[in-house]
Amino acid sequence: MSDFPFLSVLTVAPLVGAVVVAFLPRSRPQLAKVVALGWSLAVLALSVVMWVAFEVRGDRLQFRESYPWIPDWGVRLTFAADGIALVMLMLIAVLVPLVILASWHEAESSKRSVPVYFALLLVLESTMIGVFAAADVFLFYVFFEVMLVPMYFLIGSYGGHQRQYAAVKFFLYSLVGGLFMLAAVIGLWVVGGKTFDWVALTNADIPTETARWLFLGFFVAFAIKAPFFPFHTWLPDAGGAAPAGAAALLVGVLDKVGTFGILRYCLPLFPEASRWFAPWALALAVIGIIYAALLAVGQNDLKRLVSYTSIAHFGFIGIGIFAFTTQGGTGAVLYMLNHGLATGLLFLVVGMFVARRRSALVSDFGGAGKLVPLLAGVLLFAALASLALPGTAPFVSEFLVLIGTFTVNKPVAVIATVGMILAAAYALWMVQRATQGKLNPALPAMESMRRDLTARERVVVAPLIALLIVLGFYPKPVTDVINPAVQATMQDVGTSDPAPTVGNVVEAAK
Amino acid sequence: MNDVKLPAMDYAGLAPMLIVFGVACAGILVEAFVPRRARHGVQLGLGLLGLVAALVAVAMVADRRLLTAAGAVAVDGPALFLQGTIIVLAAMSFLLIGERSLDNGGPFVAQAAITVGSELDQVQERREPGGTEVYPLAMFAIGGMLLFVSAGDLLTMFVALEVLSLPLYLLCALARRRRLLSQEAALKYFMLGAYASAFFLFGVALIYGFTVGTEGAGGVDFTTIHAAVGDSAASPVLLLAGLAMLSIGLLFKAAAAPFHVWTPDVYQGAPTPITAFMAACTKVAAFGALLRVLYVAFAGAAWDFTPVIGAVGVLTMLVGAVLAVTQTDIKRLLAYSSVANAGYLLVGVLAGSRDGLSSTMFYLVAYGFSVVAAFAVVTLVRDPDGEATHLSRWAGLGRRSPLFAAVFTFILLAFAGIPLTSGFTSKFAVFGAALDAGQTWLVIAGVVTSMILAFPYLRVVVMMWLSEPGESTPAVAVPGAFTAAALMIGVVATLALGVMPSPLLDLTSSAAEFVR
Repeated sequence: MSDFPFLSVLTVAPLVGAVVVAFLPRSRPQLAKVVALGWSLAVLALSVVMWVAFEVRGDRLQFRESYPWIPDWGVRLTFAADGIALVMLMLIAVLVPLVILASWHEAESSKRSVPVYFALLLVLESTMIGVFAAADVFLFYVFFEVMLVPMYFLIGSYGGHQRQYAAVKFFLYSLVGGLFMLAAVIGLWVVGGKTFDWVALTNADIPTETARWLFLGFFVAFAIKAPFFPFHTWLPDAGGAAPAGAAALLVGVLDKVGTFGILRYCLPLFPEASRWFAPWALALAVIGIIYAALLAVGQNDLKRLVSYTSIAHFGFIGIGIFAFTTQGGTGAVLYMLNHGLATGLLFLVVGMFVARRRSALVSDFGGAGKLVPLLAGVLLFAALASLALPGTAPFVSEFLVLIGTFTVNKPVAVIATVGMILAAAYALWMVQRATQGKLNPALPAMESMRRDLTARERVVVAPLIALLIVLGFYPKPVTDVINPAVQATMQDVGTSDPAPTVGNVVEAAK
Repeated sequence: MNDVKLPAMDYAGLAPMLIVFGVACAGILVEAFVPRRARHGVQLGLGLLGLVAALVAVAMVADRRLLTAAGAVAVDGPALFLQGTIIVLAAMSFLLIGERSLDNGGPFVAQAAITVGSELDQVQERREPGGTEVYPLAMFAIGGMLLFVSAGDLLTMFVALEVLSLPLYLLCALARRRRLLSQEAALKYFMLGAYASAFFLFGVALIYGFTVGTEGAGGVDFTTIHAAVGDSAASPVLLLAGLAMLSIGLLFKAAAAPFHVWTPDVYQGAPTPITAFMAACTKVAAFGALLRVLYVAFAGAAWDFTPVIGAVGVLTMLVGAVLAVTQTDIKRLLAYSSVANAGYLLVGVLAGSRDGLSSTMFYLVAYGFSVVAAFAVVTLVRDPDGEATHLSRWAGLGRRSPLFAAVFTFILLAFAGIPLTSGFTSKFAVFGAALDAGQTWLVIAGVVTSMILAFPYLRVVVMMWLSEPGESTPAVAVPGAFTAAALMIGVVATLALGVMPSPLLDLTSSAAEFVR
């Protein structure tokens, strides 16, 4: 079964689905939704099969496929996945059907074509899968850039207030990063012997000075994408303006391309430069944790608030990566997954609130829990998961990151812990202001605010809640997949873990 | 007493040019003898047939590598490849020139001599069919371009420069609507073009003086110059001054800064099909000639000219990108984008290697197809007064005509260098070649300006898709078969070269060798 070309099929399948959906008649939006949902579920099913076929003790890169593309430049269509990519692919496959289901009525309010909205979601899924599945630097770059186009139109055409500004800002920021990376990609190609193959390039002998410049080119692109402080200002705008479903994918998955890129490209390709730049990266990450958390406390717009919390979380992922310990790395990757689930859930729930109230301002709610108790409960759960309450999955990853960092860099770990306290502040305060306290008199007057979770919405939130709890108590299936890949990456960087070893931590987390 | 020996002529190698010039002359006869009614059809058919025949002639001699006509014409890989490129792009422009279903009578004025704004003028603007002399004029320009890229000495190159320029000046003045703008553009182009030609000619004279001063015999053919440049005893003053002046003449045609000032005005004022023709074909011709001069004749002076032309390249990219940001007229925006693209082409030229040559040629093809398609879309967005070129008029176009907005968006993404379009592969090719040749700073400048340049393109996309249609948003005319064909070819080529560049890359790299 492992001979099946999983990765290329997974990349192409959503694209085919998008074409089918786009050409469905505009007058039958229901059909488009059902087809899109069915298609994404089929992708999910295939991803599950791939997860099962992945051999935990097997090669670092599995499911490798390679087809010639542009022989003149040594470009091949090479796909391969390590444990890190596999986890991200699963996250995409799980999130997209839920987002489609959650966006059921999203596009109708915008006067624009409903089938096109769902087609764009599928195109986005295809490019996201491609970016994680690529094992050819050129191919990765192609997906990295093309990914912007569907997201640009999702924000720009179907977004809320200030959508044009947000869409352009998002596109330009990402494009700037992309072009820096393009320069670095070309440079890598020239010094790496005119090949783009990831495996060959990791073995290439690159002069120290050059490697540092190239690292910087890649790192800037990924730091904008992730985003790290001070490249983060596009995210609150984009997250605030994007339709809730697209925002969940934007923050939940798309931004992970940045941290994934650092793990997959910056560290193994430029190990010396990674070590050299690590203090700077750690500094940016720590500033991001504190700064974004403080800003989140002060936000009145729910979507912007969630966006800021994400920037803080990316700071945690950043310190996990640049601590160069296996716990830290495993924690960072696990964090990427858990953050995708938790923030995805948070965005979707916020979207449900916004759809009812037609406003994303916290001050427009107040006491909403009395009207929609279930929905408010889900918001509370999502907020708790997001602040890494023990028993939810993000706790495991945050704990691993902090342990992994503490063993090698105590000040950073200590400062980052302050971020956890701030996380409690922004998350709980948001829940309190929106759903507790005195009932805002404007709310009961709105018919939509009296409708609690519908059956469709329950189907959306249930799998995410279940996953967050299960992975909170039993993360082993995921850590088993991640661990070898992270260990290999850390070997590339050339660092070794101080005692005690990883096994104990994972045991403890169980 | 020496016998006067006729130089050997390789007629097969010269056939493409002979065919095009022949068709141009035949076009003049058509003007004289064919009744007015039938001229349009006959001229268009004749022109397209001639171009197809010339393309076939190019293909037949594709493997020929020689100097002919006493060294005045080089038939080699780059010459033939660029000739083929010019012919294909010219054929696409011909389709736009020949389109008559968009505007009543076509995009050209019936009689250029009528006073602007007079009663007669109003009559001609409404219903007179456009003049058909544009076809032989364009044909002569194409012939000049074919000779320009294959010239074997500087005098032939100068003659070719004039042959391609003079018809272009005239063509710019022949717009049916906004005639004052069109005539102003033509005059501006002519005045500045005349200066540039004078510079070029002065440069030829200085180079001749330089070669006389060296050990070998004097001359202006590239072989002699190449030998003279290699002669270390010669004084470099004449060489450098002459090369600088030659470069000014060529960079003017290529629309490189600071010799670009004519570009926005001329692109805006000229009839749009002619703008497309200039943006695509003139650029190919100018860079073809520049490549030949720098690579064949002055390769030995590369250390001297690379920093200077590099500075010109950086300035060109910067000026084009920054000024494109402020434009409010789509034709001027595309003009500045064309300036910036001249800068990217210079990056490829300055690689100075075989890869530099092949990547520049690749870029020329890719850009040519996209730019013709872009101007084809511009001809379609119109109101009762002609084309609506002001950007504010494009607001909400995506709602009114999603298909054309999508096509134009695709072209703009290609210009912005998004992967899976030819804009990306061509940028990759030139940047890769330049970085390989150690021109890191040029590549960095290219990347930085690409970022700036993305903004104006994106602004147009925002206008079309994300703005609400205003009262004044014009309709998109349903294209006639000719425009549709040109647009389709351009878009398909832009996509194909972005997804599958290998065949063309193979072709350019096998063609990338000059004969000396």
